[in-house]
Amino acid sequence: MKYWRVPLDVDEIQVTRGIVHIVEERCKGCGYCIAYCPRDVLEMSSKYNVKGYHPPVVKKPEACVNCHYCETICPDFAIYSVEAPPQEGDDGKHSASC
Amino acid sequence: MDKLKARSDHPLDALLRTDRIPHIWCSGCGIGTVFASCLVAMQTSGIDLNKTAMVSGIGCSGRGAGYIKLDSYHTTHGRAIPFATGMKLANPELNVVVFSGDGDLFAIGGNHFIHAARRNVELTVICVNNLNYGMTGGQAAATTPCMAKTPTTPLGNPETPFNLPLLAYASGASYVARWTILHTRDLTKSIEEALTRRGFSFIEVLAPCPTGYGRRNKEKPLDSLRLYQERTVIKNGADPSDVILDYQQGITLGKFIDHERPTFLDSYDKTCRINF
Amino acid sequence: MNAAVLTGEHFMTGDVACAEGALAAGCRFFGGYPITPATEIAERMADRLPCVGGIYIQMEDEIASMAAVLGASCAGVKSMTATSGPGFSLMMENLGLGLVTETPCVVVNVQRAGPSTGLPTLGAQGDMMQARWGSHGHYEIIALAPASPQEMFYHTIMAFNLSETYRLPVLVMADEVTGHLSEKVVIPEPGAIKLKNRPKAKGRKDRFKPFQAGPNGVAPMAIAGEGYGIHVTGLTHDERGYPVMTEGAQEEMMHRIVAKIRDNLDDIIQTESYRMDDAEIAIISYGVSSRSSLAAVDEAREQGIKAGLLRLITVWPFPEQLVNKLADRVRALVTVEINLGQIHLEVQRSAAGKVPVHLVGHTGGTVISPDTIVEKLREIRSTHG
Ligand SMILES: Cc1ncc(C[n+]2csc(CCOP(=O)(O)OP(=O)(O)O)c2C)c(N)n1
Ligand code: SF4
Ligand code: SF4
Ligand code: SF4
Ligand SMILES: [Mg+2]
Repeated sequence: MKYWRVPLDVDEIQVTRGIVHIVEERCKGCGYCIAYCPRDVLEMSSKYNVKGYHPPVVKKPEACVNCHYCETICPDFAIYSVEAPPQEGDDGKHSASC
Repeated sequence: MDKLKARSDHPLDALLRTDRIPHIWCSGCGIGTVFASCLVAMQTSGIDLNKTAMVSGIGCSGRGAGYIKLDSYHTTHGRAIPFATGMKLANPELNVVVFSGDGDLFAIGGNHFIHAARRNVELTVICVNNLNYGMTGGQAAATTPCMAKTPTTPLGNPETPFNLPLLAYASGASYVARWTILHTRDLTKSIEEALTRRGFSFIEVLAPCPTGYGRRNKEKPLDSLRLYQERTVIKNGADPSDVILDYQQGITLGKFIDHERPTFLDSYDKTCRINF
Repeated sequence: MNAAVLTGEHFMTGDVACAEGALAAGCRFFGGYPITPATEIAERMADRLPCVGGIYIQMEDEIASMAAVLGASCAGVKSMTATSGPGFSLMMENLGLGLVTETPCVVVNVQRAGPSTGLPTLGAQGDMMQARWGSHGHYEIIALAPASPQEMFYHTIMAFNLSETYRLPVLVMADEVTGHLSEKVVIPEPGAIKLKNRPKAKGRKDRFKPFQAGPNGVAPMAIAGEGYGIHVTGLTHDERGYPVMTEGAQEEMMHRIVAKIRDNLDDIIQTESYRMDDAEIAIISYGVSSRSSLAAVDEAREQGIKAGLLRLITVWPFPEQLVNKLADRVRALVTVEINLGQIHLEVQRSAAGKVPVHLVGHTGGTVISPDTIVEKLREIRSTHG
């Protein structure tokens, strides 16, 4: 995984999980969300949206930490994340090796 | 997961004129990111949004006012600040946010900027600095780097650009910051602060214009973002005279000025309304 | 002097009377920039506005002044600026913004001789066509022409009332002589001054369409901060205020902003007739030149010439039909104005060739003397019998 600025307490923090939503018809395929997702959750889809752009697609749904970065960098209001409901057996800790 | 997926309202939809989305901004244009930051800051700042107006001038950035679902005024080229000044002075209860471009605010509208800052009119001015006149096809602006190529400087720009934070500071702004669209959290926090500060606040945001500046200077959208990542340093409190915009030297970001002084209305009340 | 309406008899200049008229009309915002011969209006407003809960701001130029006035009006405050030729030129782009966004406000032009810096301290009426067409594109405008300090008081009130009723910037086209002239000005009791206010937005805030015409063709106006969340743009827009870049939208919007004036001409146009009943030669004049014309009519009558005067209070919209009908019952028309023929062109057009139309005018710097006008009347009588 790549961090732009690695948090000092990366091993200890409780990390929430997120679900990322893509409003495909709004996307203009700039790739910002893909390039700057700290968890490499997204990749460019090979399909086209109605405007002829390649929207992102979720490649590693379990890796999303609901940091909202994709949501804030997106110039087109086309992607956002919400907190995932807690899952059984999930202690909320995230291991540094993921 | 599927249940949640059906919910496709973006958290900013409440503040957007969604019937006008997708907006006109090109793929990779940074204006949308600045605009989104501004909307988030408006939501989180706690200001009364029914008493908030956005004023824009003309340009791609000037289209901002057209997408916010609040009272919004898309004025003439360069004149957003004096229009906003009239609005704020006529009804001091309003929060007035100016959202516009570098050409609009600093070339044709430069005189209004320095005077509003000098008067310390309580406005939040957000400048999308994409280093050129995006809307008219990428011509040189008062912010275009020296030697950059544009349709009106085909051999390179012979002029020197403004250092906007220094200009704002020298003119008397109470709050001055500079960020890029990559620094979304700092930017949003800064806009939030600016919205709640009294006095004239100014935030410069570096944003790519891939269609204009980028294309002619061989800067793809992701290249611009890489520059924002690799060639910037954050130095809050830096002296505005040290923050010249030059990628060779490295670009300083941060909150440079945050200093309260009497606003235009404070002084007007004290000086002109003494007996009434 | 804390009262907004200074009821009583005064001896004041036209410029001061204009400022008092504005205050009496409810103006509470003035954004301006000093310029001879309009400066005294700004000075009076700077002095008086803070006493009545208003605000004066000296902007950095006239472009900013006009923008600030529009911003203040959109925030719900009656607002005004005053200038002269060079400043009037600078205001033109934002005047257009005011017209297309239907923002009420008043712009006073105390005319001096131009072009360019011209004769800063000497009067003229050379900006009349600029008042009509100075901003780009096609539009309708309202312009009034006061001829005395008393009229500068009343015309300014009238200008505010018209601007609020029809939602547009209204021009008061004064001149240096009237602006600087001191005369008796009677200011009535506040209750005797009829004021109009812009039609207010009503109904569900989420369904409100800021540019949907009301019964008289004028759309109710939502003000910033009222919670309507309106969008206002200088781009061609639809009833919702949204930009629409088509010829159809242009046609629809333009039709509406032109029709709200053209369909209400009877309410807007005001003129005065003097000794017109049996007149054979009719003078058409306005502002300071109508004072010379009035004296000339009396003198001509003394000399046996049946002259009369049609005095324009509203210069724009031009009383085209009135002048056309007038041309049916006189032998000649004479326009008297301090320029080389501006309103004259309108008189000619409206007379439609029915009678000869003459001009008494010069390039500015002084008033037109009654003698010059009588001279012309004599000449006309001898040629047209
Ligand atoms: C008085 C006037 N002059 C020129 C123009 C043409 N024009 C429209 S936008 C623009 C430049 C806008 O540049 P900027 O403010 O940097 O906005 P951007 O498009 O880069 O976001 C110009 C020159 C105009 N609309 N009005
Ligand atoms: S919320 Fe954060 S982790 Fe999840 S996809 Fe977006 S950027 Fe990646
Ligand atoms: S940042 Fe937005 S517009 Fe760009 S690719 Fe991602 S979703 Fe699409
Ligand atoms: S031309 Fe430039 S500034 Fe305008 S929308 Fe396109 S990328 Fe953005
Ligand atoms: Mg620009």
